[in-house]
Amino acid sequence: MSSLELRAVTVRYGRFTAVRDVDLLVPEGTVTGLVGGSGSGKSTLGRAVVGLAPVVSGQVLVDGGGLGRRRGRGPVQLVFQNPYASLDPRMTVGATVAEALPRTGRAGRTAEVARYLDLVGIDPARAALTPDALSGGQRQRVALARALAARPGVLIADEITSALDVSVQGAVLNLLRALQRELGFAMLFISHNLAVVRYLCDQVAVMDDGRLVECGPSAEVLHHPDHPTTRTLLACVPTIPQAEEAS
Amino acid sequence: MPHLPANSLPHRLGRTLRTPLGVTALTACVLLTLVAVLGPVLLGARADQVDTAAIDQGSSAAHLLGTDDLGRDIAARVVVATRLTLELTLMASGIGVGGGLLLGVAPAVLGRRLGRLVTSAVGVLVAFPGLLFVLFLATVFGVGSTGAVLAVGLATIPPVARLVQNLTASIDGSDYVAAARILGVGRFRLVVRHLLPNIAEPCVLFAAQAAAGILVAFSGLSFLGLGVQPPQYDWGRLLNDQLNGIYVNPVAALAPGAAVVLTGLVFGLVGEVLAQAGGHRAPQERRQAVAVAPTATVPTATGPRPDGPDADALVRVRDLRVSFPGGREAVRGVSLAVGRGEALGLVGESGSGKSLTALALADLVPHPGQVSAGEIRFDGHDLRTDPRLGTTLAMVFQDPMASLNPALRVGRQLSEVAEVHLGATRSQAAARAVDRLAAVRIPSAARRAGQRPHEYSGGMRQRAVIAMGLMGEPKLIIADEPTTALDVTVQQQVLDLLAEVRADTGAALLLISHDLAVVAQVCTRVLVMYAGRIVEDLPVAELARGAAHPYTRALVGAVPTMATDPDTELATIPGRPPEPAEHGHGCSFAPRCALATGRCLGTEPELAAFGSGRRVACWHPVDPIDADPIDADPIDAEAAS
Repeated sequence: MSSLELRAVTVRYGRFTAVRDVDLLVPEGTVTGLVGGSGSGKSTLGRAVVGLAPVVSGQVLVDGGGLGRRRGRGPVQLVFQNPYASLDPRMTVGATVAEALPRTGRAGRTAEVARYLDLVGIDPARAALTPDALSGGQRQRVALARALAARPGVLIADEITSALDVSVQGAVLNLLRALQRELGFAMLFISHNLAVVRYLCDQVAVMDDGRLVECGPSAEVLHHPDHPTTRTLLACVPTIPQAEEAS
Repeated sequence: MPHLPANSLPHRLGRTLRTPLGVTALTACVLLTLVAVLGPVLLGARADQVDTAAIDQGSSAAHLLGTDDLGRDIAARVVVATRLTLELTLMASGIGVGGGLLLGVAPAVLGRRLGRLVTSAVGVLVAFPGLLFVLFLATVFGVGSTGAVLAVGLATIPPVARLVQNLTASIDGSDYVAAARILGVGRFRLVVRHLLPNIAEPCVLFAAQAAAGILVAFSGLSFLGLGVQPPQYDWGRLLNDQLNGIYVNPVAALAPGAAVVLTGLVFGLVGEVLAQAGGHRAPQERRQAVAVAPTATVPTATGPRPDGPDADALVRVRDLRVSFPGGREAVRGVSLAVGRGEALGLVGESGSGKSLTALALADLVPHPGQVSAGEIRFDGHDLRTDPRLGTTLAMVFQDPMASLNPALRVGRQLSEVAEVHLGATRSQAAARAVDRLAAVRIPSAARRAGQRPHEYSGGMRQRAVIAMGLMGEPKLIIADEPTTALDVTVQQQVLDLLAEVRADTGAALLLISHDLAVVAQVCTRVLVMYAGRIVEDLPVAELARGAAHPYTRALVGAVPTMATDPDTELATIPGRPPEPAEHGHGCSFAPRCALATGRCLGTEPELAAFGSGRRVACWHPVDPIDADPIDADPIDAEAAS
């Protein structure tokens, strides 16, 4: 079980600074929500943690230690937004999950793949299928199984429900929450949906224009927002009006 | 038991080979191989037999294509040359494609700096004219078969490498390669497992074309005397020998040429077949067509009739059906009415038929979808004979970048509407375009009208599309997921704008969305669709508490709101929606419904009035507030509440 700490992380693409000087601590076993509008740098920050975006200065620490340029499966895994793009269309579901497993014998591998597929609610008999035989929600479960199979200490979930249907979204969120509580990994949950963040997260961090503008316990940030960006985001959450007796 | 999936490569190859294209390619391949293998064995002696008595003869029974200057039979020589020609061509293709793959994949494997070096080197080589390159290399390697193979093979490397580089670069940027990188998959495994399989299809096609090109190039070299040297001969060499006599014995010169062309075609066919089998273009196994009664003949018998107040509605649709080949019916008898100035939401998940319903109204259902309906009336016109798009019916799509032409200035795209539909002059139309852009609150509209879509932000593009709908005098705006591609804050602005436009122009709005909360922001009434049917019709105010259909209730419960207790599980709907081809007799939702009874599985409920101004298609509507459930068994109603 690990914690994730960002110290003064800056990400730059050419002259464009996507993330400026962000300090953030995700304590072990907890969930931190990272919210912001599009272009606020929240996804870039998530990608920077796993080495997919160029960190020009600052440090990414897992359990107080740097990630460095080491090879092999990292302690931080990322689940992508779009399950239609994040699974190799030519690879079977089983092979996709197996890729994340440490090298073991063939029999052990099949058993482990089955275990992880079962964990995310996919029938292990479907391991021989390619992703095009699965629905969006099932694909996202496979992507989650792949990330978990690498036994991460820290999981980054980048808008993982925004490409899914509403009824599936609830099931994936339930699953993610149950797994997080069961396996105890730290999670950085990136989303623009504050209602989902509120439901899932212990701590909320708000980004705007590449900077971290507000960070604190969920209840505090969402009920007493300090920063105008947080207030705007809160005001923009579409809600179903309650019937008259609710007010 | 994990069985071999029906779309595995051998399956797909088998299926492709059974198509006319596959049969042709296979036959041609077998013939060509037989000729190459057996030709020299059977006709080798005859081809080399010098007969001074029969020099330079024309076509005759003894010598089908005549004889050459040593009296050798040309037909036999053409057949025998097949083997050498194919050998050399395949060798050169191997060098070209193999080298091209290596160089093409190199940038993805090497570091950034080395990769860039390889890319620019290939760029320089591609810029070199191909034929010049071949001749240059042929001179370097000297005349003869080996030199020619190397020259033609090496000259093929740069174009193949460039193609592979471009293809791998796009795969390299994909999320699944990024995921593999995070997992620590090594560079070479990454290439073998992720990159190569995903670029195989275009590469195979290109390789087959390249092989055909190499065949021609090789024959060209031999023809020029740089390739195969006597006493060896390939088709190019034969062409060279016989060309002098083309006016005396034309068939002798044309035969090797024809052989080159036909073999080139075979390469092309083989490439096409392999690419089809390897890619996702493999012919689908024909689905068992479900017998669907021709719907147009019995529309009124099954279609629920809209109630009385809808008679003077702006839009009236009765028994709308959209079907696709193979008996798949995506919209199954939708009846709806939109009142003048009303804001109506149409909610459903992907595959529920909500977008097709909207497209059918605008007469935009994509091929091969077929629309049938008892009635589609809009503002007193029959939309099927008298489309109204562009004037009184406006459409806003999900992706504003896709619905604007990137090459045209925004103002121009807007004014086109006024010119085409309203007969405005160019300057009038341009003025109106600026006015409309200002109406959707695009700042400094006159300047913005001169810009192209890429200079707009996502929210501004969607505003511009809405403005385009406002060029006419719309009485109905159909917005299909207008905010799904946008940020939350921008989403709010666009929703506000739609509400504002409705208030200003008095237009009705049909807002299609998967998100109940989005619809609730703007609309007053909501239609919920499931599996091609409307299952509930209710006022937005009732949505949170008073939904009667179990599906609607589940949808409401599945989305966390700012009031959801973080310690409760979100409501989920077990199972999945039915495919458009698998509708049975009962309620489509019954297999996923906790309240389903035998009746639900046996008979499909119709959309019927439920309380005041509400309709629901359910045998056991939940939680009756102010009306008796129409038909529900009292025991079931109790169990439900």
